[in-house]
Amino acid sequence: MIRALRRRPVLMIGAFTTTLLTAVALLSLFWTPFPPTKIQILQRLKPPLEQGLLGTDQFGRDVASMLMAGAWNSLSIAFAAVLIGATVGTAIGLVVSVRRGWLEMLVMRACDVIFAVPPILSAMVLGAFIGAGRFTAIIAIATFMVPVFARLTLAAALQIWTRAYVHAAIGMGRSPLKITVVHVLPNIANQIVVQVTIQLGLAILTEAGLSYLGLGLAPPAPTWGRMLADAQTFFGQAPWLALLPGMAIALAVTGFSLLGDGLRDMLDPRSR
Amino acid sequence: MISLLLRRTVSLFVTLLVVSALIFLVMGLLPGDPASIMLGTSASPDTLAALRSELGLDQSLPVRYLSWLGSALQGDLGRSYTYSVPVAGLIADRLAVTLPLALMAILMSVAIAVPLGVQAARHHNRPIDVAISLFSYVGIAVPAFWIGLLLILTFATTLGWLPASGFPGWGAGLGAALKTLALPAVALAIPQAAVLTRVTRSAVLENINEDFVRTARAKGLGETTAIWRHALPAALVPVLTMLGLQFTFLVAGAVLVENVFNLPGLGRLAFQSLSQRDIIVMQNVVLFFAAIVIIMNFIVDLAYLVVDPRLRAAEQ
Repeated sequence: MIRALRRRPVLMIGAFTTTLLTAVALLSLFWTPFPPTKIQILQRLKPPLEQGLLGTDQFGRDVASMLMAGAWNSLSIAFAAVLIGATVGTAIGLVVSVRRGWLEMLVMRACDVIFAVPPILSAMVLGAFIGAGRFTAIIAIATFMVPVFARLTLAAALQIWTRAYVHAAIGMGRSPLKITVVHVLPNIANQIVVQVTIQLGLAILTEAGLSYLGLGLAPPAPTWGRMLADAQTFFGQAPWLALLPGMAIALAVTGFSLLGDGLRDMLDPRSR
Repeated sequence: MISLLLRRTVSLFVTLLVVSALIFLVMGLLPGDPASIMLGTSASPDTLAALRSELGLDQSLPVRYLSWLGSALQGDLGRSYTYSVPVAGLIADRLAVTLPLALMAILMSVAIAVPLGVQAARHHNRPIDVAISLFSYVGIAVPAFWIGLLLILTFATTLGWLPASGFPGWGAGLGAALKTLALPAVALAIPQAAVLTRVTRSAVLENINEDFVRTARAKGLGETTAIWRHALPAALVPVLTMLGLQFTFLVAGAVLVENVFNLPGLGRLAFQSLSQRDIIVMQNVVLFFAAIVIIMNFIVDLAYLVVDPRLRAAEQ
């Protein structure tokens, strides 16, 4: 363990942080110190350790419990969005790598276009029509992820298609679908896994922004972003309310980007 | 060079057309009638019908798009439903806040990132490099709007040096206006600077042992001059690329930061139009932001060709 930590500190710190956060998020489904939405107005705005581990908010809700439930809300939205974005994007990239020509140009232009609309804005558009909530947040973030994975997959797959063993497979009369499944996908899987990890961090960051603006989960479900929005009103009295959720976001995002960098160094030694 | 420029410009306009058509299509296909979204559930059928025909919703989607495109090309983006003013003027007013804010943020981020990146590369794998890498990891992970909150907490609430929110308008004097933009610009700049620092560091590292830098050292230039005058310019292409790619995130950050600081900019306008259900304003602001990102990427593309003669040769 210690030797592994010394050899790959980035990977180990990233893996530790993200595992811990995921465990806390899962734990919050079964147990939190207090019910995260329970209002106790007499205990409002108590500083950390005076009431509960991390104090209470303006309604007397337990901040530690809210942060735990917030971890689940944030991580589950981020995982769902990245999973959808990665699956759709990778599929598009693979198809385009087989049928190039005008399709490639069309898809790449479309990627440019989608990439030009930040998820915050597409969530606003979606929110106006179908209302804010988990679904809107996931779709807005996933849409932004599609071009990221489509571009990555296309670039990586095109390289594989030039390899000698793929030419041999073509010569043997293997179908493009079979070659994609047997040769291309396994050889680019590493890069996709690394990108998934890195994008998870970005998705958490985006989800926090969305829920700060009120475009994420509806209240009273606790989210890190809305905790920050609420904290703004009670700055002078309760600065910890503004500090803790921000630190949770930063910890989660740093964890996933460290994990992603560590995985890349381990899986692809040429990248360094 | 000219034909290359022409080709790029044509492709820029095609992309812009596609963006506008796509946004129009998506908004047309989404469930829900814009007129009833704008008026709410209590509207009478007559007002609803009147607004529908005013918005042209009784026509087909392609017809609406073409008529919108026709008037947009003449500078008429429609009228805001809530403010009853032309959308184009509304966007121009708000741009007077967002544009200076974005420029300040970009300048600050470059001013932070380039020296830090160069120092990190120069002291590769030494404590100063590790410290700078740590800054860039954390800087990327910290949401811009949270930095904004912390800045307000420190410099406005506690120290009282700078205003916490609002914008007095450019009419109140340059100093007063810039003072209110300072904290939001820092909040926007720090995450950008973190990303740029990483890119600058690795780009300088790639060039620091190149022959031309060694030659510069060999002819007696100091290490500082060798790096700043020779290694850094060669490293600028990836830095510029990142600056262009980051524009989407700068826009997203501006939407959030303007809301934190209550600045009457475009990002705040986008958010207000959402809560006021002003679909026309929202559609145009989204389109405007997308167009800015695409045009910025176009400019960066052109900037490469100026910075790196090798690319110019390869393209021709």
